[in-house]
Amino acid sequence: MANELQNLQEQVAAALGARCLKWEGGELPAVHVPPAEVYSVVRDLYDDAGLAFRFLTSLCGIHFTADATGDGEQLGLIYFLHDLPRNRRMRVKTVFPVAAAEVESITPIFASANWMEREAYDFYGIKFKNHPNLIRIFNIETMTVFPLRKDFPLEDRTRHDKNDPMFGR
Amino acid sequence: MALPTDSPLRPEKAYTTLNLGPTHPATHGIFQSVLKMDGEIVMDAEPTLGYIHRAFEKIAERRPYYQITTLTDRLNYCSSPINNIGWHLAVEKLISLEVPRRVQFLRVVIMEFARIADHLICNPIIAADAGALTGFMYMFQWREAIYDIFESVGGARLTTNLGRIGGFERDFSPETWRLIHKFLREFPAAFEEFHGMLARNRIFMDRTVGVGGIRAERALQYGFTGPNLRAAGVDYDVRVAQPYSGYDALAFDIPVGAQGDVYDRFMVRQEEVRQSLRLIHQAVAKVAAEPEGVFRADAPDWVLPPKEEVYSGMEALIYHFKVVMGETKIPVGEIYHPVEGGNGELGYYIVSDGGRTPYRLHMRRPCFIYYQAFPEIIRGSLLSDAVLTLSSLNVIAGEMDA
Repeated sequence: MANELQNLQEQVAAALGARCLKWEGGELPAVHVPPAEVYSVVRDLYDDAGLAFRFLTSLCGIHFTADATGDGEQLGLIYFLHDLPRNRRMRVKTVFPVAAAEVESITPIFASANWMEREAYDFYGIKFKNHPNLIRIFNIETMTVFPLRKDFPLEDRTRHDKNDPMFGR
Repeated sequence: MALPTDSPLRPEKAYTTLNLGPTHPATHGIFQSVLKMDGEIVMDAEPTLGYIHRAFEKIAERRPYYQITTLTDRLNYCSSPINNIGWHLAVEKLISLEVPRRVQFLRVVIMEFARIADHLICNPIIAADAGALTGFMYMFQWREAIYDIFESVGGARLTTNLGRIGGFERDFSPETWRLIHKFLREFPAAFEEFHGMLARNRIFMDRTVGVGGIRAERALQYGFTGPNLRAAGVDYDVRVAQPYSGYDALAFDIPVGAQGDVYDRFMVRQEEVRQSLRLIHQAVAKVAAEPEGVFRADAPDWVLPPKEEVYSGMEALIYHFKVVMGETKIPVGEIYHPVEGGNGELGYYIVSDGGRTPYRLHMRRPCFIYYQAFPEIIRGSLLSDAVLTLSSLNVIAGEMDA
């Protein structure tokens, strides 16, 4: 297992070169890449015969508050890739400031990324360049907030019936 | 039979718009497809989602880990025990908790029953949509029998909240074992009757063979998993690729189809029911071989102590308080844990910052991902075939919308 991981790390490092910012080991390894390179990285991991990550398991956004990063508010994306014949999994991670929340869509590589990217857009406000149909998927189109961001309150703040003098809200 | 699909939409032609759903009985769930029809032929489809979106991922960020189990119930509610136990397994991976072998096999018994219940909804519904309502009603009573088993283990039937982090709340009772053995004894004959009614039925085959097919490459492109992917001929099963909960100690086959059409999906699920029965038999034998009375891990930080001890002993009371308030120390880290759900790979991705709730929880819901292929699959087919395709894909609105 340790050997396999070592191999994967070396293969990925060789294929990505300078685009590999950081390697995260463990049971489900991850490679950190710059946001501008996401498309080319996923493309190379797909095309490279030795890697061949040709199944997109999932894709999700994440929001880091300024407290969590110590370096300003950030959004991120995590791509879960799977090489089915060799049964290897890995993640591709990228983080970017909220103001520059735009990456290139990977729908030309994976048809399944379409709705996953719409979900990330719907809940985090991450824009995807070249996406065929980037509209909200679960929430109503006229909504102006991005509900999975940490600053969005879970409960309706206009309600006062839940306030309790003893236990707060 | 699918008609030629290459003909593009012609701007000068008037097409009929048909809303299939969100509350049409044939959609079997609250979701909508806006179809563009040329006569009875579907030219294009635009699925709209979100009718029962309940923001589970947001709610989970405010709940201690053990309270998230009830949210997982409401994903694929046809097989909620798989979701529950998948969640427990994910949390156990995060906190590095080993559960005893007996618990693992008890879980296998429950998960395989849930898989049978799931397939016993999906397959008879294909038949019902093709006009054969008999099988649906006939199999429904066996689903009831499975729900009786869940009820005797966890107290609930549909949204089960079954099991706990670290094992089960209590051991299986003699009544549970009686129900399990009764089911294993009586169900196979009834199931084979149902199978015989449809598998070589001329009308059923005419309606399903070559309908709603998808090739393996396209299926992989669209992120298919579970029976739908296997029907297209790819033998990917999480239980084998990444064994969990003792599946590596059990023998079973993965059925695969060839054409990925409605008939293949039906047949793959039928065979999976038989394989699940095989797994249950083996798991029951494994449970019997393990020391009796072990139904949870020895992990007081996570497992609620017995009530009588809580009322009489200080230590148990402290642990009870810690567990209920979610005050147990949780390691910082990120884990992804997939399980083979009723309709595909169900995965939980937990990002923990050491707080009492997950910092981020992402659920990989299989049908949210593969339902994207629906417009491509049904383009050019008849409306009645589109309905059959939809039911054969086993799309569960609760899971899709989270």
